[in-house]
Amino acid sequence: MKKYLPYIVTLAVLVTFSLKVNAQCKGFAKKLCKLELTGYIHDGNYHAAILTEGEEAELYKTFYSGQSYRLAICGSEALPPIEFQVVDAYKNVLYDNKQHDTNGTWDFKLESSQQLKIVIKVPVSAQKSEFPNSGCVAIMFGFQDK
Amino acid sequence: MRHHYFNMRFVSLIVLLGIFLLNDSCRSGKKGQDGKEVGFEDFLTEEDIFSDIDKAKKIFYSLPSPLETAMLIKSAGAAYNEMALNDLKNAVMYSTNKSKALNLGIYTTDLSFACLFDQAQTSLKYMDVTKQLATEMGISDAIDEETMKRLEQNLNNRDVVMDIISETFLNSSSYLKENDQQDVAAMVLVGGWIEGLYLGSQLVGNSPVKGNKLSDRIAEQKLSFSIVERMLQDNKQKATGEENRDIVELINELHSLKAAYEKIEVQTSAVKVGEADSTGVAMLNSQTKINYTAEAFLELQAAVQSLRNNFVQ
Repeated sequence: MKKYLPYIVTLAVLVTFSLKVNAQCKGFAKKLCKLELTGYIHDGNYHAAILTEGEEAELYKTFYSGQSYRLAICGSEALPPIEFQVVDAYKNVLYDNKQHDTNGTWDFKLESSQQLKIVIKVPVSAQKSEFPNSGCVAIMFGFQDK
Repeated sequence: MRHHYFNMRFVSLIVLLGIFLLNDSCRSGKKGQDGKEVGFEDFLTEEDIFSDIDKAKKIFYSLPSPLETAMLIKSAGAAYNEMALNDLKNAVMYSTNKSKALNLGIYTTDLSFACLFDQAQTSLKYMDVTKQLATEMGISDAIDEETMKRLEQNLNNRDVVMDIISETFLNSSSYLKENDQQDVAAMVLVGGWIEGLYLGSQLVGNSPVKGNKLSDRIAEQKLSFSIVERMLQDNKQKATGEENRDIVELINELHSLKAAYEKIEVQTSAVKVGEADSTGVAMLNSQTKINYTAEAFLELQAAVQSLRNNFVQ
């Protein structure tokens, strides 16, 4: 039994660490990122993951005509401000938050329904460190009751 | 020598475990897969937004949540019809993971629909049944006693009730996604989305479809159907590499809906961003052409009804 002890302890530590990271991401999305949707109703969907500096992610969603939406993208403190673009099916960039001081939210309304792609990038921090930073990134949508 | 061998095995185990856990913590970022493996073909043409999908990136597919689905139907002019909701008594029949997940989505859309039409008592009953199903699925903290109390105290305040629905759905979906149950979370979303199509198509009934905002709304859900397909494709294999039978079965069940949507044409133009209004909301200007015949809509209604009846029975 003794000889397996290091394996058991390491496994327990890694599982606990993994669960803790996940729980932090969930808590971050619920407690901090959701606040960015104030004035809008959060749709209830959960899109969050641990991303590392330099990593990118994409989200595909259909947005419907007549509906007002708020897109909120938040990164945890360990990460530099998250960059994002909203792109249509013809690859036109409709919004680039780098042109707006890396603002984390964008409010929009559609004349007609469209599938859009949200491209998210965690930039590499200007401060050099031995390892790239990782942290939680959450993408949330709010809409307004009509 | 033996000691060294053990150390090497120990280090390898740690490295493998680390890779597994790192991958697990980012599970919501499953890579996109070629949708043609089990007969699903891409819906749209070369303008397809998925055409340049980068498989190296983390990909999220977002379907309208039950709350958004209910809102979309209401804003298209739907009226409230309690008879169309899934009977509360059916909840005891759901014994498999798949039926529980699909019906958690269905009941959440019904709950959202009742809430949007200020049906306080019905909302309370549907919240209760979603709590029951969520608990059976092991998501005990999705709707706790405090949430139920808050709901009872604010039954006549629609904003608070919507906030509670949104929060409880977030609790369920985050729990499932962070506990390696992406497939279950996908089934919950599909159930909720199909219920929205069902409620909408029931409310259209036999009304003419030309110029009908509600039937147009259901027809343009073809755009979300392509997201449904990709989301399910991404989940048809379990983390262990084993085939996910529930998902494969669901993909097959959706074939009639896919066939019906193929007879409906939805074309979108490029988007031009207009000036933001006084509240800072930008207007995205574009055209979407939706072409379908009355027969095609009837086929869609029949496919939705058959699918939904199959889910709730």
